[in-house]
Amino acid sequence: MHKLLVKLSSSSSSFSSNPLRHSKNQRFILPLLPSSITSNPFTASGSPPRPSIPANRFISRFGYPCSADLFRKSPTLCSNSTTFGVIWSSRCISSEAGRESIEYDVLIVGAGPAGLSAAIRLKQLCQQNNIDLSVCVVEKGAEVGAHIISGNVFEPLALDELLPHWRQQQAPIEIPASSDKFWFLTKDRAISLPSPFDNKGNYVISLSQLVRWLGGKAEELGTEIYPGFSASEVLYDASDKVVGIATRDMGISKDGSKKENFQPGVDIKGRVTLFAEGCRGSLSEKIIKKYKLREEVNAQHQTYALGIKEVWEIDESKHNPGEVVHTLGWPLDPKTYGGSFLYHMNDRQIALGLVVALNYKNPFLNPYEEFQKLKHHPAIKRVLEGGTVLQYGARTLNEGGFQSIPYPVFPGGAIIGCSAGFLNVPKIKGTHTAMKSGMLAAEAAFGALHEGLNMNTYWDNLRDSWVWKELYAARNYRPAFEYGLLPGLAVSAMEHYVLKGKVPFTLKHGKADHEATDLARKCTPIEYPKPDGVLSFDVPTSLYRSNTNHDHDQPSHLRLKDPKIPEKLNFPEYAAPESRYCPARVYVEDEEGKPKLQINAQNCLHCKACDIKDPKQNIEWTVPEGGGGPAYSLM
Amino acid sequence: MSHHRLIVRSQEKRKCFCFVLPYSFSFCHRTMKILVAVKRVVDYAVKIRVKPDKTGVDTQNVKMSMNPFCEIALEEALRIKEAGFAKEVVAVSIGPSQCVDTLRTGLAMGADRGIHVEANSSFLPLTIAKILRSLAEVENPGLIFLGKQAIDDDCNQTGQMVAALLGWPQATFASKVVLDNDKHVATVDREVDGGLETLSVDLPAVITTDLRLNQPRYATLPNIMKAKSKPIKKMTLEDLKVDIKSDIEIVEVTEPPKRKSGVIVSSVDELIDKLKNEAHVV
Repeated sequence: MHKLLVKLSSSSSSFSSNPLRHSKNQRFILPLLPSSITSNPFTASGSPPRPSIPANRFISRFGYPCSADLFRKSPTLCSNSTTFGVIWSSRCISSEAGRESIEYDVLIVGAGPAGLSAAIRLKQLCQQNNIDLSVCVVEKGAEVGAHIISGNVFEPLALDELLPHWRQQQAPIEIPASSDKFWFLTKDRAISLPSPFDNKGNYVISLSQLVRWLGGKAEELGTEIYPGFSASEVLYDASDKVVGIATRDMGISKDGSKKENFQPGVDIKGRVTLFAEGCRGSLSEKIIKKYKLREEVNAQHQTYALGIKEVWEIDESKHNPGEVVHTLGWPLDPKTYGGSFLYHMNDRQIALGLVVALNYKNPFLNPYEEFQKLKHHPAIKRVLEGGTVLQYGARTLNEGGFQSIPYPVFPGGAIIGCSAGFLNVPKIKGTHTAMKSGMLAAEAAFGALHEGLNMNTYWDNLRDSWVWKELYAARNYRPAFEYGLLPGLAVSAMEHYVLKGKVPFTLKHGKADHEATDLARKCTPIEYPKPDGVLSFDVPTSLYRSNTNHDHDQPSHLRLKDPKIPEKLNFPEYAAPESRYCPARVYVEDEEGKPKLQINAQNCLHCKACDIKDPKQNIEWTVPEGGGGPAYSLM
Repeated sequence: MSHHRLIVRSQEKRKCFCFVLPYSFSFCHRTMKILVAVKRVVDYAVKIRVKPDKTGVDTQNVKMSMNPFCEIALEEALRIKEAGFAKEVVAVSIGPSQCVDTLRTGLAMGADRGIHVEANSSFLPLTIAKILRSLAEVENPGLIFLGKQAIDDDCNQTGQMVAALLGWPQATFASKVVLDNDKHVATVDREVDGGLETLSVDLPAVITTDLRLNQPRYATLPNIMKAKSKPIKKMTLEDLKVDIKSDIEIVEVTEPPKRKSGVIVSSVDELIDKLKNEAHVV
C-alpha cells in the first residue's frame, strides 16, 4: 500500500519516507478513490484503505456507495503507471434526511471574471486532452453579472490568452480608450496634470456585461452555472480538508423558524474547490484565517477601498466614447487616499465613481456624501447636466497589492481573483490579473485531477507569471501615501518615471483599516449639503437604482458578534461610523432616546465595507438567501 | 360507487377508461392535466425606464423573471397535482427565445413539461388568449391557471378572455382553491372589492390567482438540474393557427409627469381661488 502511494503521487519533489505528512511542499490532492465499491482497488489482497484517506467522498453520509456505473473504469489506479486517468464524468447525487449532496470534479464559488475564467480554462484543457471533468459554478446573485461592478477600463491581456478570438465573438468590448486625462481637483477648479496612466490598447467596458458574456462562453463549453445560490458554509472532511460548500437554507423567517416554502440547502462537493468570491469574500476570509494563509508567506494584512459608482446617460453632445478621466484631490482631504473616475462608454453612457480608501481616520467621513459632493464640481457637473442616472452601486476593492497576497492554496483547493487580492493599485485594474489567476488555478487543478500533480503548481505558476511581475513593480505606490498626499505623489512620480519598482525595499502598509479610525472626539464632524435631486440624491433614491432587494422575512445576514458593542463602543467612541460608510444605509441610529443600532439588511449592496471597517470587527457579513442583493446590468 | 372506485384504480395504471363516466376524459381527475400560463416580465425590483424613442419600456440589459402572479399560479397547480387531483402540470410561455429560461424555472419548481410558443413581438391580452385557446384545444386540460395580471402591463384581461373564448367558467382573483374529487367542481374564494366571494365552478375552468393564494416554493438546485432534462416543446403561431392581427396599436409610452411640489396656501379664500381658477375643479 505504501509503494502504491509512492507511485500515485508522481511529481512531488522531496519524497520522504512518509508520503502522508502534510507539509507545505507536499500538499497534494489525492484523486478521490472509490473505497468501498465492489472490490477494493488499493491492493490485490483487498486490504482496507489507509484510514487517513477519507472514505466518504463518493459516499453519502449514510454510507451508501454511489452506484458504480456512474464512474468510468479507472484501471490505472492499480497499475504501475504514474499518470492518472481517474475519470469520472458524471456527478453523484445522494441524499440523506433532507439534505442533498451533489459532487463535481471542480467547484467554483463565484461567477465573476476569475471564477468564469477558471471554468473556461478547465473546459478548454478537458477538450484538448479529450477527457471530461464536471465543473460547477455557484453564484449568489440572481443572474451572472448581477453582483459585478467595476470602473472599468479593461486590459485585454488575460482575455487574449483565454479566448484569443473574442473580437469575432460579439464580446461586449467595443469602445477603445481614446484619451487619458488626469485632473487635480480643488473646490472650483480642475488642474490638468500629466496622466500617470497609459490606457492605449485598453477598452472602456461594463464589467457586468462582460461577465455575462463570459458566463455564456463557459456554459457553451459545458460548465454548469447556478445563479441564485449562496455558499454559506465550507465543508470539511475528517482530515480538515475542504471538500466543498453548503448552500444556504432558503425559506427561514426572521425569527429563525421555517416558513411554508422552506428548502434546506444543498451540499455541493468538489474534488477541487476554487473560491472566487471577490474582494473580502465571506468564505475566503474564513479559509485564510483557518489555514493561516497570510502567515505562511509573511504577507501583510489586506487593505481596502470603497468604490461608489453611478452610470449616467448623458447628452449626445457631451459624450466622447473612450474618454478616460481620473481625478485626485477634492472632495477628499489630503490625509484620505482616494480619487474619482469618469469613463465614457457607449450608448451615451458614462461611468462615474469615487473610490475612498478605507483607512481614513475621521469617523465622520461619509464616502457616499463625498461622492454626491463630487458631482457638483464644475468640471464634473458640466458633463452630467441634462443626463439621467441609470444605475447606482458600491463595492469594496483591494488595495493591498503585492504585500498582502496570501498563500492561495489550501487543502482541497485554492483562492483566485480578488478574494486573494491581485488588483494593481496604481493602474487601478484588477480584472486582468483576476482572470489570469483563475486560469492558472484551473491549470493547476487540471494537473491535480488528471495527472496527480500538486495544487502548489498554482502558486509556482503565479510567481512565474506576468501577474507577479506587474504587482511587484507596482508595490510601493500605495504604501507611500501613508506619509501624506504630497509624499505619496512624489514617490508615485519617481516610481512611474524612474524606478519602476526596481528598488530593494518594499514599503509596508500602515494600520489595518478598522484600526485606523480615530476616536470621534478627536475629529471634527463634517457637514454635508442636502441632495438637490438633480445631480446629487439621497440614499433611498440611489438604492432604488441599484435594483437591490432581499426577501425581508429572513434572518439578518449581518451578524453582530457582540450585540452590545454598538451601544458601548461604536456610538460613544466613534459616533457610529457604520451609519456613514455604508453606501446603502443599512445601519441607522435609532433616533428615539437611547442610541440603538437598527440594521436594515434588506438594503444591503453586498459591498462588505462594514465587515472591513467596523472598529472592533464586530460586524460579520454572511451571505443572505441566494438571489438577493443588487441587480447590476450596466455596471 | 364501488364500480366507480374500480375505474379509478385502473386509471392509475393505464390511459383513462373514462368512457364509462358520462363526461369527456379531461374531466377525470386522475388524468387531469393543468395548463399554467407563465409570462416573462421585468423583475419586480428593477427600476424601469422608458425608451428614448417612447415606443415602450427599456428591456435591454434588464433583469427579467417570471411574473410573481404566474409563480403563484404554478405553485397552486403543483399543489393540486401533489394532492393527487391531477396527473400533469404543463407550463406554457409565449414570447422570444429567452422565455425558455422562464419555463426552465417553472420546470425546476415541479412542472412536468413546458411549451414555448415562439413570438418575436410582445402581444396584447386578446392575442395571448387566442393562443391559449388553441393550446387548450390541443392539450385538453381540466384547469387553466393564470396569474391575475402581469406586472408589466397590469392588464388583468388574459384569464377572463381565455375563459370567454373557450366558453368555460372562470374564477378570478382566487385566494383559495378547493377541488372536489367526485363532483368535478372547484370551490374558489375570490378577493373582490367588497370582501371575499365564494364561487363553485364546474371543470374545466379558468382560474386566475391573487397574491394571498399561496407562497411559491423555491427551485432547489437538484430540481434545477433535473429540470434540464424535462421536455420543452416549441410551437409556432402557424402550428396553432392563430390570427395575431391586433385591433390595438400602442402609439406612445411616456413616463408619468413629475409630481409638482405642493403649495402652502395662507387662507381658505386663497384655496378656493386656486381650486377655481388654477385647478378648475370647483
